[in-house]
Amino acid sequence: MIAGVISRISGPVVLSDQMRGSKMYDVVKVGVEELNGEIIRLDGDLAVVQVYEDTSGLKVGEKVVNTETPLSVELGPGLLSSIYDGIQRPLPVLVKRSGSFISRGISVPGIDKEKKWDFVASAKKGDTVSGGDIVGTVAEYNIEHRIMVPPPVSGTIKEIRSGAFTVEDPICILDDSTSITMLQKWPVRRGRPYKKKQDPRSLLITGQRIFDIMFPVAKGGTAMIPGGFGTGKTVAEQTLAKWSDTQIVVYIGCGERGNEMTDVLTEFPELVDPRTNMPLIQRTILIANTSNMPVAAREASIYTGITMAEYYRDMGYDVALMADSTSRWGEALREVSGRLEEMPGEEGYPAYLATRLAAFYERAGRVVCLGSDERLGSITIVGAVSPPGGDFSEPITQNTLRIAGTFWALDTNLAYRRHFPSVNWIKSYSLYLDSIQEWFVQSGFDEWKEMRDVTMYLLQKEVELQEIVQLVGPDALPESEKAILEVTRMIREDFLQQSAYHEIDSFCPLEKQYCMLKVILNFYNRTSEAMNRGVALNKILKLPLKQEIGRMKELADVSKIKDLIGEIDKNIAALEVER
Amino acid sequence: MKPVSLLTKECKTVNYVSGPLIFVQSVKGVSYGEIAQITLPNGEVRTGQVLDISRDLAVIQVFEGTSGIDNKETRVQFTGKPPTIDVSIDLLGRILNGVGKPRDGGPDIIPEASLDINGMPINPYARDKPADFIQTGMSTIDALTTLVRGQKLPIFSGAGLPANKLAAQIARQAKVLGEGEKFAVVFVAMGITYKEASFFMDDFERTGALERVVFFMNLADDPTIERIATPRCALTVAEYLAFTHNLHVLVIMTDMINYCEALREISTAREEVPGRRGYPGYMYTDLASLYERAGRIKGAKGSITQIPILTMPDDDITHPVPDLTGYITEGQIVLSRDLYRRGANPPIDVLPCLSRLMNLGIGAGKTREDHRNVADQLYASYAYGRDLRRLVAIVGEEALTELDKKYLKFADEFEKKFITQGDENRSIESTLEIGWDLMSMLPEEELKRIKLDYIRKYHPAYRKG
Repeated sequence: MIAGVISRISGPVVLSDQMRGSKMYDVVKVGVEELNGEIIRLDGDLAVVQVYEDTSGLKVGEKVVNTETPLSVELGPGLLSSIYDGIQRPLPVLVKRSGSFISRGISVPGIDKEKKWDFVASAKKGDTVSGGDIVGTVAEYNIEHRIMVPPPVSGTIKEIRSGAFTVEDPICILDDSTSITMLQKWPVRRGRPYKKKQDPRSLLITGQRIFDIMFPVAKGGTAMIPGGFGTGKTVAEQTLAKWSDTQIVVYIGCGERGNEMTDVLTEFPELVDPRTNMPLIQRTILIANTSNMPVAAREASIYTGITMAEYYRDMGYDVALMADSTSRWGEALREVSGRLEEMPGEEGYPAYLATRLAAFYERAGRVVCLGSDERLGSITIVGAVSPPGGDFSEPITQNTLRIAGTFWALDTNLAYRRHFPSVNWIKSYSLYLDSIQEWFVQSGFDEWKEMRDVTMYLLQKEVELQEIVQLVGPDALPESEKAILEVTRMIREDFLQQSAYHEIDSFCPLEKQYCMLKVILNFYNRTSEAMNRGVALNKILKLPLKQEIGRMKELADVSKIKDLIGEIDKNIAALEVER
Repeated sequence: MKPVSLLTKECKTVNYVSGPLIFVQSVKGVSYGEIAQITLPNGEVRTGQVLDISRDLAVIQVFEGTSGIDNKETRVQFTGKPPTIDVSIDLLGRILNGVGKPRDGGPDIIPEASLDINGMPINPYARDKPADFIQTGMSTIDALTTLVRGQKLPIFSGAGLPANKLAAQIARQAKVLGEGEKFAVVFVAMGITYKEASFFMDDFERTGALERVVFFMNLADDPTIERIATPRCALTVAEYLAFTHNLHVLVIMTDMINYCEALREISTAREEVPGRRGYPGYMYTDLASLYERAGRIKGAKGSITQIPILTMPDDDITHPVPDLTGYITEGQIVLSRDLYRRGANPPIDVLPCLSRLMNLGIGAGKTREDHRNVADQLYASYAYGRDLRRLVAIVGEEALTELDKKYLKFADEFEKKFITQGDENRSIESTLEIGWDLMSMLPEEELKRIKLDYIRKYHPAYRKG
């Protein structure tokens, strides 16, 4: 056992002497209160430790004990519907131990060791297994929690039994007498292994029109949402956590508001997953390291989250991971780096910021999991970014842009007008358009690509026309261009705007999204045709169609929206040319 | 409990003095963050806090400033205790200095407890959802950026704009509908002038609220570094009143920009790597450790609601202080110079205003069923009207359609009748009525954001029969 003494304390950073032989990222217990910390630099006998708890009251000369294990999370049944802090301490247990306020030096296991789970063996005696092979299952709510052989282990099963066990009971013993439990530990800073990566090819359905139709992200892809304060980053992240069509959701509140986590905690048990009809909380893992909780644990929180996501991915599930906000994580890096007196890069951030960000986002992906059954799993990362002053030229936004596949730019001006989600359709982009086009076609949305292209063309055209209007007034535009402005207003208000709080509109099924856009584009096409015949634009706009299009959002029945297409054809065709 | 040594450690080894910091050599057994008593050669005693310790060196920030400290005779005594404040229910009605000592000439406070001013983070799992609507009597706030108990809602002001008047009016009028009042106000003055502080004092005195107020005063000519401790002391008192004495506490902190300047001063003196505009990189975390102390706790009757006031330098909302504040708080109320010049009182610019917790506090049973719809419609119509003003500036009002002219008129009237209210205390009903009256200026089919049922029920055209 390596044990040293504190030689310097500066905020969350503690220096310890006599630590020779320690490894980087080993977890240490600091001081009499045994605060958790992690070694982040070695220099001769000296080890630099970042402490995950408030360091007030520590003294020079107190002991530092190296546990000689890297920062790890416990993986096993019982993760779902839990809420953890940045180093996997269950917050409800902390309330029991120290009351409403978090005090220091409490060590609690991440997973309940007492609870018994019904293990159903699927492998049998004599089977040869290796890392990633499934030996049995446990029902965790309605998710089939697959118990896997931990990656480095392999051998022939000597004994395996079904029944009620705690996570630490051996459920399977190999012939070299290695016992396998339902509990695994995995160091958070190392990605869990897989066989190989594949290109993401299917759409992550979010039920949000601006995302699914306009700027889609693929399952196994990455997306970023940057935006100034009040532009709706958190609402967007929470909406995605609610409606994404993955089996598992990991939501990391990294350096954000405490009341927001309370919101999720009270809302998710009541909301029902539209696909499984089970409470949303039962597929969700929450990690809350709010802005007033210690800064070093904030740095660890996103690794804790992604490791849990990888664990469920390895079972063959699709996982969505929301990180709100990666800027706070970057700032935690900056704070610790500053205390280490490292040479700063841009805006005081450490020079390795880009590397760390890339390493995190690259843990997303669609993979062939370890194990003999070649199952597929995926992790989609959606990271919120909070650029200072809403200025996208700052380092975290720029470095994330280089790696994220989809860019949802939130716009302060849209937010001021209460256009939500305030995703700017001109600045945003998605790099997955080509790779998921086939998925759309196979799912029966043949014309998606063309429709999206026309919509983008119209929206771009609107920007140009608006400039003219600003200069010379709307009357100067020819009728055909006025028609475009009418249609783009429809696209903006009746399609892109979507209320996160409306009981029906908050989740919009893909088929409905597709039909809604089709209706609007059909209106545009018929209008153009009619105007070519000589019908006045005013006459078309006076039709009650406009109001009906405006109310499409609130309809739950897609067939009614489909009927609108025919109605538009009929009504506009019936208009006569005035002589 | 950690054993407390009876031995006091005192040393005369001050080696280096720079700005607000002193460096003391050959110290032993000093703990991080503890309080030190510094005795000057002339016998004056000052207080400081340990910021950094290594084997034989301790860095101390001196709250009252370092003038007069020498590196020969000055003695430093380490107390071994974290910075604490003595709290008591009797603090109500008292005026304290920046570190919580009486400055009103009254008797000493008999402490009920002595608490660490840094507090501890509230466990997110123990938080209770803020849900009680606070009626401030201000139409713009009640209708459009509703304040709820346990929220932190800052006022972003500019130099010369009447933020203080607004804050005083909110403190005076705020009430939760249908409840007997068990409230207290903790007022935190950081680096403001005596005139500003006395404005608040007079106002509280006039309305008879003074005995429910705890004043923390660190005025412009008081030591800068003390400002680091002032809000922490005040919030510790607030937590004590809220969670031990079950009071609903409103904390008004002004001016946050002065707090941040003090933070910057220490950071510079420590030669830390500066972030934007010289402010330290950890300012977000530091501000969060103040703002996040607002809230409600499950099982506790009291609550803490914060209204920090900050002056945006050059009215710039992207300046680091308002920017980071906006990222932490649950919305913001923004004052506008344009509106102030147009005579709006209070000059609240509703477009950039926001209350993130609004939906939790409004609706049937809390305010009124049509509240959300009315707010959305007022916002949308006013935003459109404001856009038209720009167009009018270029092409003239003649070029507008009849409908657009109505919107333009709506925006003007909205500013005159809805935003402007002077000293009037409006109930939420009368606020919504004014909203409906204004909306009736627009054709009914334009009110797209309002449910048809509500139009039937509340639109003036139907009400009059």
